Amino acid sequence: MAKSIKIRAKSKGGITTVKALITHPMETGLRKNKKTGEMIPAHFIQEVVCKHNGKEVINCEWGGSVSKNPYLAFKFNGGKKDDSIELSWKDNKGEGDSITAKIR
Amino acid sequence: MNLNQKRRVFLKGSVAAGTLGAAVGLLTPGAVLAAWNKNAFTAKGIDEAIAGAAGSPTTVPSTDITIKAPDIAENGAVVPVSVSTKMDGVNSITLLVEKNATPLSAIFHLPKGTLPDVSTRVKMGKTGDVIAVVKANGKLYSARKSVKVTIGGCGG
Repeated sequence: MAKSIKIRAKSKGGITTVKALITHPMETGLRKNKKTGEMIPAHFIQEVVCKHNGKEVINCEWGGSVSKNPYLAFKFNGGKKDDSIELSWKDNKGEGDSITAKIR
Repeated sequence: MNLNQKRRVFLKGSVAAGTLGAAVGLLTPGAVLAAWNKNAFTAKGIDEAIAGAAGSPTTVPSTDITIKAPDIAENGAVVPVSVSTKMDGVNSITLLVEKNATPLSAIFHLPKGTLPDVSTRVKMGKTGDVIAVVKANGKLYSARKSVKVTIGGCGG
């Protein structure tokens, strides 16, 4: 199910910019359901890793205070057109997803 | 105890066993994700959170760190934040939201070759500072930017 991630990587002047959007509820576990008054259980992404040609270029640890449907952008040196970029995430329930894309 | 009552007891027991099973199931992925810094992310104090995330609560304020965030966030649930710095040898960038129940929001570990320039979006419960802690060559530097929140993003 690689549908939860949208990724765009672009190389320009030796620097690759990666932008990614992940579809995820990002529940903190501190919020109450207004109708029932029950706590909504925590459900958020804890780990995001991005690899360029198999080499890690960023490793994120996230808490529940990252926004719903999180956005991540970063830059790294190197990377050229058609190199592979792999992004994967894992949440506190052990669910996860990954996507592989090509640098444009 | 008639048969019906026994059945109830049995049902209760199985429900309890079911919950236990679910609890065990929930714990297992947590163990797999041992790398995730639980103590830091559940810390309620800024110092504690910084210490947990970066190793020490002591940071040196630096003007070399740029935090890009709106002065006024209309919707606290989605506050775009970018952190960048001119420093060399940055190992990690940690993002905290001062007034949130658990201030630590995100830690970005940057291997060599990755530029110290990251963007994301965070939730802010109320008006307060966004704090960025940059770890460069083993030293901790920090910067703050105040963001006014008109509608809180944490349950509100």
